[in-house]
Amino acid sequence: MTGRDLSGEVAQLEREAADALVAARSTGELEEVQSAVLGRRSPLARAHRVLAGLDPDERRAAGKALHEARTRLETLAAERAKALAAAERAAMLERDRLDLTEVTESEVRSALRRGRLHLVDQTRRELEDVFVAMGFTVAEGPEAETDWYNFEALNIPPAHPARSMWDTFYLELGQPETVLLRTHTSPVQIHLMEERPPPIHAVIPGRCYRRETPDARHLPVFHQIEGLVVDRGITFADLAGTIETFTTAYFGADIHSRLRPGYFPFTEPSAEVEVTCTICRGKGCRTCSWTGWVELAGCGMVDPAVFEAVGIDSEEWSGFAFGLGIDRCAQMRHVIADMRAMVENDVRFLRQF
Amino acid sequence: MRAPLSWLRDFAPFDTSEVPTLVAALDDLGLVVERVERVGEGLGDVVVALVEGIDAIPGADRIRLVTVDAGEGPVQVVCGAWNFSPGDLVPLAPVGTVLPGGVQIQRRTMKGATSNGMLCSGQELRLSDDHEGILVLNDVEGARPGIPVAEALGVEPDVVFDITVEGNRPDAWSVAGVARDLAARLRLPFTLPQPAPPPDLGTPVGALATLEIADLDLCPRMVVVVLDGVRVEPSPRWLARRLLLAGMRPINNVVDASNYVMLELGQPTHPYDLDRLGAPGLLVRRARPGETVVTLDGIERTLGTPGRGLGDVGEDCLICDAEGSPVGIGGIMGGESSEISDTTTRVLLEAAYFSPMAIARTSKRLGLRTEASSRFERGCDPWGIDRAVDRFCELLGAPAATGRLDVRGAVPAPLRISVAARRVRAVLGVDIDPEEAASLLEPLGFGAEPERGGLLVTVPTNRPDIRPEPHGVDDVIEEIARTYGYSRIARRRPSWPEPGGLSAYQRERRLVADVMCGVGGLEAWTPSLVDDADHVAMGLDGPAVEVSNPVVKEEAWLRRSMLPGLVRALAWNARRRQGAVRLFEIGVVFSHPGAGGSSRSARVAGSGSKTALLPGERELLSVALASDGDDARSAIAVWRVLEDALRVLEADVVADGSIPGLHPTRAARLQVAGTGATLGSVGEVDPAVASAFGHDPGHGRIGWLEVDLGVLLDPALTPRRPAEARTFSRFPSSDVDVALVVADEVPAARVQAALVAGLSGADRELLESSVLFDVYRGPGMPEGHRSLAYRLRFAAPDRTLTDAEVARLRRLAIEGAAAAGATLR
Repeated sequence: MTGRDLSGEVAQLEREAADALVAARSTGELEEVQSAVLGRRSPLARAHRVLAGLDPDERRAAGKALHEARTRLETLAAERAKALAAAERAAMLERDRLDLTEVTESEVRSALRRGRLHLVDQTRRELEDVFVAMGFTVAEGPEAETDWYNFEALNIPPAHPARSMWDTFYLELGQPETVLLRTHTSPVQIHLMEERPPPIHAVIPGRCYRRETPDARHLPVFHQIEGLVVDRGITFADLAGTIETFTTAYFGADIHSRLRPGYFPFTEPSAEVEVTCTICRGKGCRTCSWTGWVELAGCGMVDPAVFEAVGIDSEEWSGFAFGLGIDRCAQMRHVIADMRAMVENDVRFLRQF
Repeated sequence: MRAPLSWLRDFAPFDTSEVPTLVAALDDLGLVVERVERVGEGLGDVVVALVEGIDAIPGADRIRLVTVDAGEGPVQVVCGAWNFSPGDLVPLAPVGTVLPGGVQIQRRTMKGATSNGMLCSGQELRLSDDHEGILVLNDVEGARPGIPVAEALGVEPDVVFDITVEGNRPDAWSVAGVARDLAARLRLPFTLPQPAPPPDLGTPVGALATLEIADLDLCPRMVVVVLDGVRVEPSPRWLARRLLLAGMRPINNVVDASNYVMLELGQPTHPYDLDRLGAPGLLVRRARPGETVVTLDGIERTLGTPGRGLGDVGEDCLICDAEGSPVGIGGIMGGESSEISDTTTRVLLEAAYFSPMAIARTSKRLGLRTEASSRFERGCDPWGIDRAVDRFCELLGAPAATGRLDVRGAVPAPLRISVAARRVRAVLGVDIDPEEAASLLEPLGFGAEPERGGLLVTVPTNRPDIRPEPHGVDDVIEEIARTYGYSRIARRRPSWPEPGGLSAYQRERRLVADVMCGVGGLEAWTPSLVDDADHVAMGLDGPAVEVSNPVVKEEAWLRRSMLPGLVRALAWNARRRQGAVRLFEIGVVFSHPGAGGSSRSARVAGSGSKTALLPGERELLSVALASDGDDARSAIAVWRVLEDALRVLEADVVADGSIPGLHPTRAARLQVAGTGATLGSVGEVDPAVASAFGHDPGHGRIGWLEVDLGVLLDPALTPRRPAEARTFSRFPSSDVDVALVVADEVPAARVQAALVAGLSGADRELLESSVLFDVYRGPGMPEGHRSLAYRLRFAAPDRTLTDAEVARLRRLAIEGAAAAGATLR
């Protein structure tokens, strides 16, 4: 074969190969064609092997022609591969087209594996976190108590009229009316002060019991969080400042607190805490009887009689205590008309928080 | 209490145009105004009208068409009252009038008849509590058609403050007491007018009656006066109206005068019909055990027997006639036998100071709480009795016998308390100099003399809330703060070096709840007070702790398990087609101290040495799994997730006996490997138990997991995986699947343990993990056997294991499994 013959043949091969590449309808087909027209067994490769038998001049010319033809074919193959891949991806995407609003309820349910904390538990955590950030530890105590812890050590002796402030469930244990379900978290104050020397900076969340018939505002079983600070040099001013810090931290910067005189046997002076009404933000509404304020908590300076009961020297140490309803906070924040919803365990109610 | 402004103004010149200021001041003093009621306003539009005619309305048998004339011609109104006739004078509220209750009168048509206003009852006008019929004004002097009713009756508009008085302030539970506090705050002069003495009968009181107190500890002081020539009749209109505004029903002038004095001064008194006393005079003594008296309400009361409460030894103060026959319970309620009646002419008035604690005990035990007992148990002023008696005599106006009987024992005297300025600052955090403190205390009736470093304070006897020194010092400081104004005390945020935070237990308890949320659990809150029948129904033996005074018997025991509550909650939701859920609860269950198990002993009130046994309390996580397809497997899966989250080193699932409430063949105990401590239980609720709590078996099985958090969260009881990070081989690992044929009675956990045990020493180090990945029962398996397929993953830290090495490890593991009776499939 001469070099001229070869050149003619290369041109012929290139045309055929190019036709085959263009004719491929998919990337898979293209790969096969590419292998057939450019691979080791392709006519082009065979033609290349013929070059060896040619004289140098012819070999140079034919070799160049062959190389150029291969380069053009490879470029063509690459272009075709790209075009076919793009078309195939476009077709795939079209096949995948999905109406994202076409999701059945059961599909949604199967994804809903996230449970919920009870609203009371969520609220308790939020309250604990606010106080922890203010430097408080969290203490807890038993739900069944003796009348010493629930009453007498808190300066409420037996038959004291103030005992009627708490309707108490008594238990059939020991002497009558000595063992009871705690009516407030305050007995934990006594445990804390008995168990460790001051200083004490603790909040005490927990479940309490009062002998009441449930209604929209009261449940016989409810939750309180109580605070106790016993340290050197603690004053009423510290109490008022702590309450204000808590109020703005928990409810928001536009909610403030004010104290007015109140009565608790275990604090002196005692105060009721009122906060800006969270419903109307202080403008006045039905919830706050158009005063702009709602009652939130009770508080006061620890009564010296309480310190005496636990053997703490009230000349060296002073302290304050405060208590508020966890359930009441949740009720205020979520505008829950009837507290009984809290214990109904309706999963629709539980899921919404 | 309800305090009319006009009454308060008897004691200090409060500005009637500054009601909001008065309310704010009362609130700030701790005398919280719950409601402000404006009365007599709105009466301005109500006029006197003459009834001209009454006609039936066709088709109506309860209402009639009344024609009245209020001076401007006939007006027709529809009226449902029948107590008047033509010619009577009645109050007419024309269209547009706003009545005292806030109701606006509108033109209405009833049964075809148009009503152009309303004829009013005494109650509708807040003039009396009579709502039976229309207020007929025929007898009212000066009532003429067309003139305002308020003018005809001489009724001034008034404001009534509904005030909550704290239990420690009996002094403020009176109109004069409120006025004293308020005047002090507003710096207005406060005066208690001196009652005018009554006409003198000329007979010494001792000639008419006697007084003896046998038990001065129960009644340290009593005063008696006798009035003669009393005419029992309705009270003057102004007095009756004040009683009504204060929320009390007028009865007759004698009873009303007694009530008026109590409302005004806070001192209850009791009038007796002297002629109905068996013997003229009073004897005060302890009730004998079982003694009875019929009180004013017609109920026979048994006295002198100890009550349930600690410290109630059954000491009741009985008021008797001079011969010792009971005529009333001292300080609580008088007796029926000597009640004032229409025919009474001679009145014996008793005013006393009773032991507050004695009154509290008797009142509580009898369940008898009266206006008088509530005041006495909080503590009245033993030296305020004289003024109360004087005021009663003045109001009744009848001639009184000369002098009074006055028997005294140990009557509380004014306390004297040294209040150091240093202590004021230490408690309040502000400097209030002694001079200012004195100016705050004196208007409240306290004496305050400067002394070295502070004030010597004399406490008036109407302030039983102030204790003697040392505690009383802080009580006086509260008074200083109260009148100074809490809002004026600067605020300070205290800080301390000790860090805040949750305990490890509290942090991990949160993690437990979060894990439960992660598996789709909704946290529930089920009752702590339950019916013991629930415990019986779930097969829990032994006693529960009983509540002495339950509200209902279904809530009379402390729960021993949360299973009934959670299953009931599932059933409740299932009835609403939303029962396919997982519920969990973290809460306390109680055990009876007599039933073994944990309990604790703690001090009781009274003498310091007595103790009582208390119920054991355990904090549990309980989970009821009722999502579609949930069963015991789901429960164990949830446990696995929890166990892993808490890094439990090793816990065993042990089916070694029945567990109350759980499915007998689908339940196991969770036990800490090594220590053997019981963590809880896992499995399914027994279907029979589930249906006992309302679960419909058609709604599927209920998986159950219960974990004692006291055990789980205590690392000493439940060891944890070490905190140090494990490192894993960077070389490729090799998986070996082993399918073993095992008899049904051999637990899979034991097979897996044996498989692992086949590898020892360095070989064990090469085992990266082992998991059960398939269970097969069916054709090809011998009867009573199943195939358990485990995947063992091996890796060496320093090289890729060769096929030969892996083959050897596989053989060792299979040999190990043989120890559990497993053979290669």
